[in-house]
Amino acid sequence: MNPRAVAVRAGLRRGRIEFRHTMTNAGELMGWLWLPVVALIVMYAFGDGATPGVDFPLGAQAVPGILAMNAVFTGLVGLAMTLTLDREDGTLLRARATPHGVLAYVIGKVLGKAAMAVAVVLLVLLPAMLVFDGLQPGRLSTWVTLTWVLLLGLLAVLPIGAILGAVSGNSQSLGFVTLLLMALVAVSGVFYPITALPGWLQWLGQAFPLYWMGLGLRSALLPDALAAAEAGGSWRPTETVLALGASAVVGFTLASVTLRRMARRESGSSVAARRERVAQRLD
Amino acid sequence: MKTSDNQRRSSVVHTRGLRMRYGSTDVLKGVDLTVAPGEVVALLGPNGAGKTTTIEILEGFRTRSDGQVSVLGVDPDHGDEPWRARLGVVLQSWRDHGRWRVRELLSYLTLFYEPYRERVFDPDELIGLVGLTDHADRRVGTLSGGQRRRLDVAVGLIGHPDLLFLDEPTVGFDPEARREFHELLGRLPGTAVLLTTHDLAEAEKLADRIVILVSGRVVADGTAAELADRIAGEAEVRYRLHGREHVHSVPDATSYVRELFAQHGTAVDDLEVRRASLEDVYLALVRESEPVAA
Repeated sequence: MNPRAVAVRAGLRRGRIEFRHTMTNAGELMGWLWLPVVALIVMYAFGDGATPGVDFPLGAQAVPGILAMNAVFTGLVGLAMTLTLDREDGTLLRARATPHGVLAYVIGKVLGKAAMAVAVVLLVLLPAMLVFDGLQPGRLSTWVTLTWVLLLGLLAVLPIGAILGAVSGNSQSLGFVTLLLMALVAVSGVFYPITALPGWLQWLGQAFPLYWMGLGLRSALLPDALAAAEAGGSWRPTETVLALGASAVVGFTLASVTLRRMARRESGSSVAARRERVAQRLD
Repeated sequence: MKTSDNQRRSSVVHTRGLRMRYGSTDVLKGVDLTVAPGEVVALLGPNGAGKTTTIEILEGFRTRSDGQVSVLGVDPDHGDEPWRARLGVVLQSWRDHGRWRVRELLSYLTLFYEPYRERVFDPDELIGLVGLTDHADRRVGTLSGGQRRRLDVAVGLIGHPDLLFLDEPTVGFDPEARREFHELLGRLPGTAVLLTTHDLAEAEKLADRIVILVSGRVVADGTAAELADRIAGEAEVRYRLHGREHVHSVPDATSYVRELFAQHGTAVDDLEVRRASLEDVYLALVRESEPVAA
């Protein structure tokens, strides 16, 4: 068999194994679930008000946005974090010492985190459907739209996670990334329609994939009448595909360059130096 | 020129004038190193001598500043995947894949070598070879230091490499683990090994040939016996004569002792002749070659 094809298969195996490691680790799973769970509880408790412009509870309106936020956190931050930690402990170097190992490594990491993001979204969505009135689990279009939006959305955000993971010097600097993401959540219409924001903040929010993923998931899960509450009074599916697609294309191009550079610069001494810094931090 | 070409082609490692410079510091100042197929060579030297840098250049993980380097006939800076498949790499310390199980990791890594190598170790056979059979289902992160190191060696061996790099393989081992590890290396079939160590006894025990690196320069290269011969002229003779103790360093111990008996006969007592040990040679070489320390 062609060595490259073998590496792709090995990458699938790595993704599966690491997905299983995460799913069977209660602590790590809780780490990814607490944020959306807390957000849902808050929206359930205090989301009785109406969504502006339509007769629909604000709480249920926010569920798709929370799912989008969750997918972005798990996929993007998760991938960035694992790439950074793997450089601290030598996993990336091990891949470099193996024929076609880096290819399999990247495939495995990306797929593992993508699967994780989907799993976490489903783990949150299914109970939310029982708890919140007004979500539309009974339509076929719900599930079709959910699938393509999640898929395209992950294609858009995973490369960003890969780039951040490749350029970040240590796991601490990723705390800053998380902070920026929180700020992005505020302008992406996750909890409250973006139309309530000043115009320039609306533009800012729409420059990032989080907004479009949230919009797509709202179009999947909410009644069609709620499109009236969105910017432009429509679900804008074409714009969603274009925005997420463009982000994916640009992201993949940049990510393949940064990942290559990251792998090329890896050596035993650089792992040792990084570990030294980690040890100093812990002292 | 012709001989040098042939030598390069027939050896698994061949460097001439290898230099490495970080900023204004010269770490390697023209290293000439050769490893023949199947040969075990120890790169011995004090900390900071440039051993790890040399190995990382040969592994293709670091780009040299100057000099000729050929590893398995290829310049490591341009080593491709088929080339990589012929190498085994064991770095100074790995902590990777802590959540994977021992067998899980080895079977995963086996996949990569199958397209390239005629023989690839069966994971369980390999686990047995390095003595981890009882730990095959343990998580890698829970292994002890010595067990972890043996796993690293197992990973290095998966594809039956033509050349295995071992960087400080037994640092942090207790004597028992060290002995087991040495036995393991003795069982390797036909693989050339380049190992670094600052443990002289280890170099003497494992290596066919010892290359001593001090401050980025090769100061000696030969078998343990050849190296000892360099100072062997200075054997130490101790004896007691009429109750008085004598110690002499002499170039030819045999004729000195013959002369001694001819002169004093039975008056000579407690005779002891000690040839310079490898350790004496090593320490002398390091002292000679190291710049005066601040």
